[in-house]
Parts: sequence; structure tokens; C-alpha cells
Amino acid sequence: MFGKLNLSAIPLSQPIPLITSMIVILLVVGVLVLVTVKKWWPYLWHEWITSVDHKRIGIMYCLLGVLMLVRGFADAIMMRTQQAMAIEAPGYLPPEHYNQIFTAHGTIMILFGAMPLVLGFMNFLVPLQLGVRDVAFPTFNSVGFWLTASGALLVNVSLFIGEFARTGWLPYPPLSETTYTPGVGVDYYLWAVQISGVGTLITGINIVTTVLKMRCRGMSYLRMPVFCWTALASCMLIVAVFPILTATLAMLTLDRYVGWHYFTNTAGGNPMMFVNLIWAWGHPEVYILVLPAFGIFSEIFPTFSGKPLFGYRSMVAATLFICVVSMMVWLHHFFTMGAGAAVNTFFGISSSVIAVGTGVKIYNWIFTMYGGRVRFETPMLWSMGFIFTFIIGGLTGVLLAVPPADFLTHNSMFLVAHFHNVIVGGVVFAVFAGVEFWFPKAFGFRLHQGLGKAAFWFAFIGFWVTFAPLYVLGLMGMTRRLQHINFPEWRPLLYVSVVGVGILVLGVISQVMQLVVSIRDREKLRDVTGDPWDGRSLEWATPSPPPFFNFAVMPNVEGEEAYWGIKLRAVETQQLSPEPEYEPIEMPVNSAVGIYTAFFAAVFGFAMIWYIWWLAIVALVAAYAGFAMFAWRDVHEFEVPVEEVARVDRARRAAREIFLTQLARREALP
Amino acid sequence: MTDIGLPASVEAIRRVREDPHRLGHRPHGPDEPVEGTGQGGTGPAHKRILVGYGFWIFLLSDIVVFSCFFAAFAVQRDAIAGGPTIAQIVDIRRVGFETAALLLSSYTCMLSFAATNVRNLLWTQVFLVLTGLLGLVFVLLELQEFVELIGRGITPQRSGMLTSFFGLVGLHGLHVTAGGVWLATMMAQVQVKGFRREIVHRLICFNLFWHALDIVWIGIFTIVYLLGSGA
Amino acid sequence: MLPLKISGLQRLARILALPLPIVVAGCSGGVLDPAGPVGADDATILIDATAIMLAIVIPTLVLAYWIAWRYRASNSKAEYLPYWSYSGRIEAVVWSIPILTIMFIGGVIWIGSFRLDPFKPLPSKNPPLEVQVVSLDWKWLFIYPKQGIATVNQLVVPAGTPVHFSITSASVFNAFFIPRLGSMIYAMPGMVSQLNLQADRPGNLWGTSAQFSGDGFSDMQFQVKSVSAADFEGWALKAGATGPRLDRAAYESLMRQTQRVVPSTYRAIDPQLFDAIASQKIAPGPGPQPGNPEHAGREISTGGKD
Repeated sequence: MFGKLNLSAIPLSQPIPLITSMIVILLVVGVLVLVTVKKWWPYLWHEWITSVDHKRIGIMYCLLGVLMLVRGFADAIMMRTQQAMAIEAPGYLPPEHYNQIFTAHGTIMILFGAMPLVLGFMNFLVPLQLGVRDVAFPTFNSVGFWLTASGALLVNVSLFIGEFARTGWLPYPPLSETTYTPGVGVDYYLWAVQISGVGTLITGINIVTTVLKMRCRGMSYLRMPVFCWTALASCMLIVAVFPILTATLAMLTLDRYVGWHYFTNTAGGNPMMFVNLIWAWGHPEVYILVLPAFGIFSEIFPTFSGKPLFGYRSMVAATLFICVVSMMVWLHHFFTMGAGAAVNTFFGISSSVIAVGTGVKIYNWIFTMYGGRVRFETPMLWSMGFIFTFIIGGLTGVLLAVPPADFLTHNSMFLVAHFHNVIVGGVVFAVFAGVEFWFPKAFGFRLHQGLGKAAFWFAFIGFWVTFAPLYVLGLMGMTRRLQHINFPEWRPLLYVSVVGVGILVLGVISQVMQLVVSIRDREKLRDVTGDPWDGRSLEWATPSPPPFFNFAVMPNVEGEEAYWGIKLRAVETQQLSPEPEYEPIEMPVNSAVGIYTAFFAAVFGFAMIWYIWWLAIVALVAAYAGFAMFAWRDVHEFEVPVEEVARVDRARRAAREIFLTQLARREALP
Repeated sequence: MTDIGLPASVEAIRRVREDPHRLGHRPHGPDEPVEGTGQGGTGPAHKRILVGYGFWIFLLSDIVVFSCFFAAFAVQRDAIAGGPTIAQIVDIRRVGFETAALLLSSYTCMLSFAATNVRNLLWTQVFLVLTGLLGLVFVLLELQEFVELIGRGITPQRSGMLTSFFGLVGLHGLHVTAGGVWLATMMAQVQVKGFRREIVHRLICFNLFWHALDIVWIGIFTIVYLLGSGA
Repeated sequence: MLPLKISGLQRLARILALPLPIVVAGCSGGVLDPAGPVGADDATILIDATAIMLAIVIPTLVLAYWIAWRYRASNSKAEYLPYWSYSGRIEAVVWSIPILTIMFIGGVIWIGSFRLDPFKPLPSKNPPLEVQVVSLDWKWLFIYPKQGIATVNQLVVPAGTPVHFSITSASVFNAFFIPRLGSMIYAMPGMVSQLNLQADRPGNLWGTSAQFSGDGFSDMQFQVKSVSAADFEGWALKAGATGPRLDRAAYESLMRQTQRVVPSTYRAIDPQLFDAIASQKIAPGPGPQPGNPEHAGREISTGGKD
């Protein structure tokens, strides 16, 4: 009746997951009770849960990503402290638990932390920067978000019902086959990642269609902001490679559930095929993460230097170059699998060649600052920290791209330090820079600068104190994923690393405090004009936060840096462009199909994990029924009356009139 | 980019010059404004274009899934683990019937879309039914093949080659079955709601899907069955 | 705090010197302290590639922070060029620098990958010693086919003689790695990888598995003793005189999952054993068995197995 599920699935005998689960459950229940008591459900349901507005969905993606980043960071704290404590000692985490933690850490950070954050930024910004009202498929967008959330839910449920995978974040067979890992852990992983993978693919299709087919008038390809180019490249990669992940995990699922032989040890299974397929996805995946990060910096450098991005066309060329070449390098993740010198040489050279694209971008950012008036506000601090951190990470990456050097450092702590160097230095720093930069646009008030700067310094210093020792440890021969350490000479470096983690914790606390203080002081920090940073692209033309239809009248773009031209002309003539003719606007209605489908997807995943077949069928049928019911609806758009459009836009113009006089007097912007 | 009162001939030339592939033009009526194409700087494209384009991109991603299964088959083709070889399990005759059924169903699908274009409900439904029936024939023949093989003890659990054989062919059959369910839903929708804009868009998507499945099948019967039987 | 009398340059030098002890520590006992020719070549390539990259990276970093500092908003002396966003000359340089660097690195990659191909035998006047390696859960089995002995978690090799390893796995993926001797390579079930290494001088080293293989992975280290040729012969003879035989029964017990396995030797081997393992005539290890207390698993149900 309940498949494999019984009471022994609850970790009553393991204090750490038990207590963590109880705290998490209490928190979740507490939040639900609070929302109910304050009668926020109608607001949440109508304004957020069923919203098909790309801005709301983008914010929810980012919220999910931040929460999962915290969970992944908690795993990281446990890992570092365990390794520091378990030197010729057992530590406090037995292997079966520690192995789940590092698996969960990697899976959550990449797939449920960084991916949703990047998807969130793309969702929020691309339509605004392109001057359109929403993405190509708004309701589908909502489905995609909620499916990602379902996947995240399943991963977290594994904390208190059952266990998570113990194989590392990429479950290599034969270890991940039922022979060697018979429990439900790998199944949790498989279904969570599959379900969220569908969500990611949906966003990919959405953004590609939006960028290629939905731009406002005058916005030709070479007038798009670079962030939109990087979003396009990243989403083209998503469309090209997430199906590989889907297929490969499906094959592993078939192996585990019905005893097929894609990757098994025996009967013609081929574990090397898994390694190839999964990294054919895995390498482009990290470029999916880092390209929008580069895009974020391509927006921040010009804005805070007060001049356009240097070398726009070569930035575009470099982006597309990286996009294409990233699909030709996957073997560098397993040079040591013995493919032979010729194959290793090809992939080593192609992996180094990608550095060309990245190098060009970095030089272009540097020359963007040249001749500028650089303001070191918080987003720019993160950008400068990124330059240093990412360049070093790229350096170690090129080292690892040399097969003989990789033969010494593969799977060592040197590798761990390298990929954290590029992902934290690249993606995480970009996310924080982007949050500091676009928070006012999304929520209507600025963030407290002092705490933001403190958070940056803690993060920057903490990162290096944590990971620099790991480079040295890797060179000393320490391999990754060790639950306990048999080499006392590694102790000092492991201790230094834990100190670094402590500094990072201070960074997290500063970041949280910045949020709390900013919310508390939000009236003082209110962004009245919609353009707090002297921005250059179209999102800064809207009020903060933008109305749900983004633009009362879609812009007609006449040059690169669409908004900058409009602003300059307005300042010169000391008047806004004439009031346009307002027309009613058609917008899509909200829909519950997203959360409905995702709910049954989560139930389906849970049922499949625990072999509860009847529930799986029920969930599948219910999901399809929901979709069919949604497809049957008669009303899918509503019209915003012209009076409301006019009212919203006139308020925006009034604020801009005041802003205009400020700009004319060249007041220092708040 | 609305008409601005130019003489008709000049206007016609202007449209062609600025939109040579006539992406922004459909016979909605002589007074309809020229639409944006989404390319260049002409403004967002019409919803019909967006839907078709987005679905094409989805189809490309689906083909990537299939290519992974093709790759697995290529790798594991000879991993017979002491069991039967590919030549010993393929039945060219049945595959011939399956191919005929599927290709014919693509033809009837196209005919139904031609009927949709002229908004003829009866013939749309007739040809959709035929498409569905032919698809059903395909699926039943394939099921028969699988049942026969399993009855002879040739199961996917037997070897890597059989795993990737059943996986690739089965994945395609699963897509055809899902397409059949979608087909039934579309027929019901068209019957109840008529040729509303979104329904026509969905029929476009269904057509694309069905033809893409046909293309994949051609790949399968070439690489798996024809090459397999010749080996 | 540093006394104010020290100049800024001296202060900078002291700060930069702080990590030196750590760096020096990292240089001994690990991959940058090779004990054999393969390791030495690998390490040389690593250092050369680092030097090439640093030659580009350091000037780039200096440029980045110097430009950021010079063009800071409060510096009214720096020129403000609000429309300057293209320069063909700079573009040409900006594309050429990475391209040239990568061409250099590409050369290192090409030459290095072929010269240091793990499958390539080492040039030497001594004939290579054959060692067959099997990774199990969670220990290493070394078979010396010519000497007719086998060891667990202990590798003894003659110094100055190339060793040719044939490596397979009797369970999941592992990676055979002796940091100070150089290159590692995967141990994969059903396949035989090859590795050629050599220890130049007698000494004590250690090896490990470098690919995560399950709950007992942290203890998959093995002793590596490089001894003189004469001592090696002596050791092989002694090992061949005592201890159990590595027959099917002994191997079956090795296949069961065990952790923290103490090094031991076997005095006789079945010469067909390695081939049988590599070709999977002997099935791979059975994985976790609920009755085995060492299996260290709290698997939630066995998913239909046992």
C-alpha cells in the first residue's frame, strides 16, 4: 500500500538529521501559521503563487535560490568542520551521513541554488531590457518555476523521510546502481533533478523565444543589452544540453527500477558512457551559470563607470564563442579515464581555447572603466572582487586543462578549490552584485550600503581564507570527499579553512542584516525615480517596482543603450518626451496550473521514490487532468483599461519631471 | 509599421523589401496592419509565430533526448553479453508495416491541417481520426513486437544491447502514445470550441510534433533495423 | 601592528611573505615533491603552465586595479571619456593576448599529453616490473604475476625500475594514485587501464584512491615502499614463504565490503585470477550486504534486492 515507505524511514536514531528536520518543520509550520493568522493567503495566492508576471516569477526563483544557497552553505559548514575534526579521529559525521551531505551540498548549490538564481535574474530582466511586457509564454513560465520548486522540495524531504544519495553530486555508476547503492537516496536525487530539469528547460525555451522573436521596435540584435545576449546564449545552451541530462538520468532510472543495463557493471552495461553523457551536460551547465553572471557584470561596469561598455560587438562575439566551444570540452572532467593522448590533447586544447573568450571579456570590462568615473558602490565592489577571484580561478582552470597536470590534481582538493573559485567568484559574486544592483528596481527601495559593503568584504576575505588552503592541500595529495583524514600534517591548513568558513558566516549574517535593516528603513530608502544608479538600459526607464505591464507604451529604440539616449535627450531639452497616446493593454490572466502541476509532480516523484505505484498513477492522471482543464479555459487574457494605463504612466512621468531637474543640476545621486 | 497611406503598389514593394520572407504577413484581411516579425527592429512577433517557434525549440530539445538514446544504442550495439545480436531480433517485415502506418499518418495529419486552414471542421476531424488510428496501428504493431521478443526470453534486462534497443524504440513508441492522447484531447477541444486562435496554435504544435516523430522513426528504422538486419 | 617606521614597501613585503611557510609546506610531500620521472615531468608541466599563465594574469590584475583606482570618481585629474567605447587597436591586442597564451599552453598540452601518456612504457635499461592492481571495496589488491605473490594495501617496488601497472576494479570506479610518483588513472570494472611509473630512490610513499567509491573510501590508502632491487627480491621471497594463498575462497572474502583493511600478503596466487576479474568471468563485488556489520549503511530498504 505504501510501497517501501514505513516508519523506519524517519531518522529517529540519527540526532543531526532528526533535530534539523524538526527545526525545519517547525519553521515551515510557523510560517504557514503566520500567513494564515495574518490572512495573507488571498494576497499570496493572487499576487504571487498564481502570478504569471515574469517579475514575480523571477523574484520567486531568486528567493528559492537564496534559501537553497543557505541550506547548501549549512552543508558546507558541516563538511569543513567534519574534516577539521576528523584528523585521525572519527569526527561527528559517520560516513553514511557525511557522504549524503557532500552530495546534497553539490546538488543543491548547483541545481537548486545557482540555477534558480540565474533563471530568476533572466526572467526578471530580459523582458524589461527588451522593452516588452512579458516573456513569450508567461503561464508556462509559472509552470517552470513551480516544477523547480517541486524538485527542491523533494531534495529537502529526503532529510527527514529516507535518505539522500551518497554518490557525489553526479551519481557515477556502478556506485549509483542498485547493486552498490540499494536505498532510496539516489532515487530522490533522480526524481528531484528530473522534475526541476523540466522546469529549467521551460525557462530556456521561453527566454530563447523571447529574445529572438519578442523585442520592442528598434531593438535590433546589436542594440540589445549584453545581459540579453548572455541570457540568450545561456538559454540556447539549456535547450541544447538539459535534454542530455534528462536522457541520462532516465537511463539510470531504468537501470535502477527495472534492472536494465545502460550503465551496470555487467551484462553489457557501460559506466563510461554515463561519465561521457553526464559531463556532456555538466560542462555546458557551468557555462549556463556563468554566462548570465558575465552579463550582470556587463551591466554593472558601464553603469558605475559612467560610460558605455567597451567593445560591445566583441563582447557579443566572445559570448557566442564561449557558448559554442563549451559544448566541445566535456572530456576534461575525466582526462584520467584513459582515453589516450590524442583525445586528451584535443579536449585539453579546446578547454584552454575557451579562456580566450573569457579573457576578452575581462579586458573589455577593464577598458570600460578606462576613461570613466568609477563609483565604488556595493555592486561595483562585488565586481572588483569578481575580477580578482575569477581570474585566479580561470588560471587554475587552464592548469587543469593540461592533461599531465590534471593527472596529478584530478579529484583533489586543488580541483575543489578551482571550481569553487570560478563558481563562487563568478556566479555567486555576480548574484550578489546583481541583487544589490536590481533590488531597488524589484522592490522599490534601496539596500543599506554600509552593511552591503561589510557583507562583500566578509565574503571576499572569507572565500580566500577558506579556499586558498585547499589549493595547497590538493598539491599535497589530498583527494576530495574524505570523511576522515589519516594525515595529521594536513591539520593546520584544514583549520585555516574552517576559520574562513567562520568569516563567510559573518558575511551571511551581514547580508541578512542588510535585508532586515533595509526593510525596516524602507521609507527612507525609497527609490522614487526608478533610476537610482544612473542606469543605461530600459529597465531603469520604468518606475520601481515596474507596473505589471512594464511599459505603458512599448518603447521605440533608436540606438544602443536605449534608455541612456532617452535620458540624455530629456536632460538636454529639459523636458520629457511628449505624453504618448495611451491604449488599452492586453495581459495574460493569472493561472493556478503552475502550482497545480508542480504539486502533482512532487507527489509523483515521491510516489516513484517509495515505489507507491498507485499513487504515482493517480498523480500522473491528476497532473494531466489539470493541464487539460487549463487548456479548456475560455478566458486567458484581460484588458487593462486605458484610464488605468494613463494613471500609472502619468505618475511615472511626474516622478521623472522631478528627477529631470535633479539631473540637470547634476545632483549626486542618492 | 502600419500602412501610411502609400499607393498600393509602393506599399506592396515596401512590405516585401522589409519582410522578404513574409513572416509578418498572413491573410487576416486587407486592412490588417503589417505585423512585427520579431527579427530586426520591427517589434514583437505575432503570437502564432511565437507559439510555433517556441514549440520548434522544444522539438529540437526532444531530438537531443533521442540523440542520447541513439548514442547509447551506437555504443552498446555489440554489448550482447552472450545473448542475441541485433540481427537476430529485428523483423524487417513488421517494421515495414509500422513505417507505412506512421508515414501515412503524417500524410493524413497534414491533410487535417489543410482542412484546419480553411476552417472545415468535418474534414479536420476525419483526418485527425485517421491519423490517430494509423498511429494506433503503429503502436500496436510495436507492442506486438515487444511482447513476442519478451515471450522468447529476449528482454531488456538481458544485455546492454537489448537495453538500448528497447529504450530507443520504446521511447519513440511512448512519444507516439503521448501524441495519441494529445490528439484525442485536441479533437475534443476542436469539437467543443471550434477554431479559436489558441486551438489553431495548438494544432500547429501537434502537427509539428507528429511530423518530428516521423523523422525520428526514419532515423530509428534506418539505424536500428536496416543497419541491424544487414549486419 | 607593524611599527610606523617601516616603509610601505617593507610592510607589503612582510604581508606577502606570510603565506610562504604554507606554500613551502605545500611543496613537500605532495605532487610538487616528485620521487620519480613521471611525477617530475608532470610537476614540471604544472609549474611551467602556471608560469605562463601568471605572466598574463599578474599584469592583467595590475592593469585592472590600477585603472579602477585611477579612474575613480573622486579623481578629478583623470580624463573623463564618456563616449569612448571602441578601439580597434585595443581589440586586436585584447584578442591576441589570450590567443597567444593559449597557443603556448596548447603546445604544452600537445607535447605533454603524448609524452606522459599513462599507457606509454618508460624508457629504461631495466625490464619493467609487472603489477596487476584490483580495486575492491575498500582496499587495493596488488598481484605480482612473475613473483607469484599478492598483497593488500601494500605496494613494494624496486627503485630505479619502471613498474607497469595493469589496473582494473572488482566493484565501482576508483582511481589509482600515488601522488609523489605522478599520474593517476581510473580503475574501472570490466576494463584494464595501464599505468607506467617509476620510483627513483628508495623511500616510503603512500598511494590512495582518487575517485569516490562509497562509505569506506576515506581509508583506501595504501603503503608504497620503494626499496633497492636486492631488497625487493628478498621481500618477494619472504612474502612467498608465509601467509595465506590467494585462491578463490580468499578472493571471495576479499570481495566482501570491508573498511580500514590492514596491509597483508598472500604467498601464492592463481595466475588466471587477474584476467578472470578483468573480463568479469568472476563477477564483481556484491555490494552492501545487510548482514555485514561493516557495510556501514542505513539504506532505507534494499529496493527489491536481497
